[in-house]
Amino acid sequence: MTLDTVKHANETPDVDQPWAELGLKQDEYERIRSILGRRPTGAELAMYSVMWSEHCSYKSSKVHLRQFGEKAPEADTPGGGALLVGIGENAGVVDVGQGYAVTFKVESHNHPSYIEPYQGAATGVGGIVRDILAMGARPVAVMDPLRFGAADHPDTKRVLPGVVAGIGGYGNCLGLPNIGGEVVFDPCYQGNPLVNALCVGVMKHEDIHLAKASGAGNKVILYGARTGGDGIGGVSVLASETFDDSKPAKRPAVQVGDPFQEKLLIECTLEIFREDLVDGIQDLGGAGLSCATSELASAGSGGMRVELDRVPLRDATLSPEEILMSESQERMCAIVEPGKVDRFLEICEKWDVIATVIGEVTDGERLEIFWHGEQIVDVPPRTVAHEGPVYERPYARPDWQDALQADDANKLARPATAEELREQVLKVISSPNQASKSWITDQYDRFVQGNTVLAQPEDSGMVRIDEDTNLGVAVATDGNGRYAKLDPYTGAQLALAESYRNVAASGARPLAISNCLNFGSPEDPAVMWQFAEATRGLADGCLALGTPVTGGNVSLYNQTGETAIHPTPVVAVLGVIDDVDRRTPIAFSDEGHLLYLLGDTKEELGGSAWSQVVHDHLGGLPPAVDLDREKLLGEILISASRDGMVDAAHDLSDGGLIQALTESCLRGGKGARIVVPDGIDPFVLLFSESAGRAVVAVPRSEELRFTDMCGARGLPAARIGVVDGEAIDVQGQFSIPLAELREAHEATIPALIA
Amino acid sequence: MTARVGVITFPGTLDDRDTQRAVRIAGLEPVPLWHRDKDLKQVDAVVLPGGFSYGDYLRAGAISRFSPVMETVIEQARGGMPVLGICNGFQVLTETHLLPGAMLRNNHLHFICRDQKLRVENADTAWTSDYEAGQEISVPLKNIDGRYVADERTLDELEAEGRVAFRYLDGNPNGSLRDIAGITNAAGNVVGLMPHPEHAVEPGVGTGRTDGLGFFTSILKRLVSAS
Repeated sequence: MTLDTVKHANETPDVDQPWAELGLKQDEYERIRSILGRRPTGAELAMYSVMWSEHCSYKSSKVHLRQFGEKAPEADTPGGGALLVGIGENAGVVDVGQGYAVTFKVESHNHPSYIEPYQGAATGVGGIVRDILAMGARPVAVMDPLRFGAADHPDTKRVLPGVVAGIGGYGNCLGLPNIGGEVVFDPCYQGNPLVNALCVGVMKHEDIHLAKASGAGNKVILYGARTGGDGIGGVSVLASETFDDSKPAKRPAVQVGDPFQEKLLIECTLEIFREDLVDGIQDLGGAGLSCATSELASAGSGGMRVELDRVPLRDATLSPEEILMSESQERMCAIVEPGKVDRFLEICEKWDVIATVIGEVTDGERLEIFWHGEQIVDVPPRTVAHEGPVYERPYARPDWQDALQADDANKLARPATAEELREQVLKVISSPNQASKSWITDQYDRFVQGNTVLAQPEDSGMVRIDEDTNLGVAVATDGNGRYAKLDPYTGAQLALAESYRNVAASGARPLAISNCLNFGSPEDPAVMWQFAEATRGLADGCLALGTPVTGGNVSLYNQTGETAIHPTPVVAVLGVIDDVDRRTPIAFSDEGHLLYLLGDTKEELGGSAWSQVVHDHLGGLPPAVDLDREKLLGEILISASRDGMVDAAHDLSDGGLIQALTESCLRGGKGARIVVPDGIDPFVLLFSESAGRAVVAVPRSEELRFTDMCGARGLPAARIGVVDGEAIDVQGQFSIPLAELREAHEATIPALIA
Repeated sequence: MTARVGVITFPGTLDDRDTQRAVRIAGLEPVPLWHRDKDLKQVDAVVLPGGFSYGDYLRAGAISRFSPVMETVIEQARGGMPVLGICNGFQVLTETHLLPGAMLRNNHLHFICRDQKLRVENADTAWTSDYEAGQEISVPLKNIDGRYVADERTLDELEAEGRVAFRYLDGNPNGSLRDIAGITNAAGNVVGLMPHPEHAVEPGVGTGRTDGLGFFTSILKRLVSAS
């Protein structure tokens, strides 16, 4: 069949093109024609269609995401001042001191993980790791915030083990410690599990690399795995147009990962960085070569010319369109000065990584792609990569929101007796969401690299980044779709506040955030309202806390039919700690240490774990947010850690105080005797989910110094008990032996899933 | 002059830098060795670290044993040079037949990462002399193919000759026969185990314990007293 060259496109303006099947709207197709002044070739159409997709172009979310830049904290805030690279690159970069820079990002791989849980989750890890690598950093840790349908639903038993095995199978082979994340169950995620993946990388300031192609004559090198027909997905229609019948028909839309190849790619790339051999670099992820070439070219000073037939293939029958759109994993694209090409190729050979010069940077302004000498693409690269459509989608507060908020959880029936309270405590801490997730996280290597300071179930994951100075970074990820459903603005701020609190509780100073915004269809005005509210809440919150958004990811269309998932903004906060030996764990490990509850406990049960577990209820308002209080609490926790005033600290969030006590007692193997302070109902004390709180264990010798500090700075600190014995003993109410508590907390997940 | 311990990097090795760190903390000089080089750079001992060498393709350790570096390692190990295989390194040692038996997939079929209690059964090897026989230690375990198997005769022989070097305590994590976590050759210079002593050498990181440091201080003493 005829190759659809630029020349051919000029000669045949009226050919019918499959723009609709590729997901483009009529006006978008017309715009491509007007940009080019002719119809696009098949290859150009393929590139525009993937790059202008929601996933790549953020066309529905862009107008809201702008707030993250507009409301960014000023440079005189700790976080604002630390930002080295912001939104728009492969990942943001933060200055953590001592010449070190840290890059981190969280991304979604939701849809593929539902279709093919193992490969979907595995390639989610692979993709985010390459993003971090492309910044010039050695990846040092990963985390996975996961959300599944009901824990006892049969399909969860298909999806969850596959996702967990995929994350483990891929991440463990890369030698990256998995240090945290979340596992949440809710029927709203039944057909739309959320598989988010985060990676953290470390480099020196001078090692930061950007995705740009500059310097005419510089070579474009594609290296890593061969390109195959996997992950073409949305273009299967086009593929069937250009395929003839003798070729293999449908290929899976999900990419297939090879972690061994990725490990080689990491080591090879780091060695290339060490010798300073690249000018610009970009990983190949979504939209494959279409994305890498157009983004590199638009960020650079000139144009780019690519000989597409030089791309090494796994399947020689692939058409140029398919090669441009293939999402085959474990590939990178580098811009290299001609004099450095030989050494670059030598290093690739050392690591058994295939590397091919596929083109060069030109002094023109066009991205030109050739196939056996014939030109099949001639476009202004910015129009592909950055100047896609932008939509102001209509949004409206859903008409059911008022009724939902009026259905007050504080009015639900409460336990009438101490015995009933005890039963409900066990019911909540053994419920799938509150139960121990160690059956899952024990399938991830948390020790590799030998720098892991804290890992799950600690409040944050923490790794040492300098062995001599003990400098470390901490990361926590949090999100609560139930809160966000009740009030998306507050819900997003609660996710931010919890993640911030978790980082501070472990002793690290929060600096910056990344986010993964998981929502339903943007074409539904109610969902769009949730999105608009959540982004506004997050942007306002980040400004108030002084933690800039460094980048992230938006995942839309997480819905089945008319039913969307709960709006689920997931926030990852990165913090820095000067001396990891000063970190604060959650474990109560010494008898006699005094337990203090920091912050105010109010009657706040809307969206709570208790309301879900005991009443299967979602209604009312989520806990109120006070970001000044969160900042103050954070400062107290960080000072207490630095000055050795606390032995343990645990943030309070879903499940309330009883959840934190359970985790801290079981982690340390010690009990706690709790005295309910005057004026507070024991039920509220144990189950309220008021924000801005933490429980700390204070050695008696430090008590005065600690309470003086809280008093001087105006943070409420109530002495609620002491680390003691072999049970959680809430005086005057109930006592639960640790063994019974452990059985309840740890048996649930294996019983449901294993 | 301090003793030099070579740490081999195969493609897919993960714990090479960690092992180099453990060697350094024990007061030895770590020497990186590359799988394609036959030259061992005159090291006094060699560690085969954990990971997924060659992606565990075919079978864990099956391809690595044919790498150029292993030719020299096998030859020198037979001549008495101390060799320690950790996790994937242990798998490589069984593939080379420097140690008997093999590792199969864990009986529960999952990767497992946990702090694992072990009993040191043989404290007379090159890598365990700093422990006492019967001493209980905790070091991280992390693998998917960790189930040690061998035929009954081999197992009986290992037991009879005191060549079971480590046994799992508090629950067998993977179905290993006779709770075997690690073994030694008859001469005591070649030791292999599935758990990771190199991840338990510093108080502030990993499990917070330093129970694994004894492997490296053992070899230090052995090498220093030999020189």
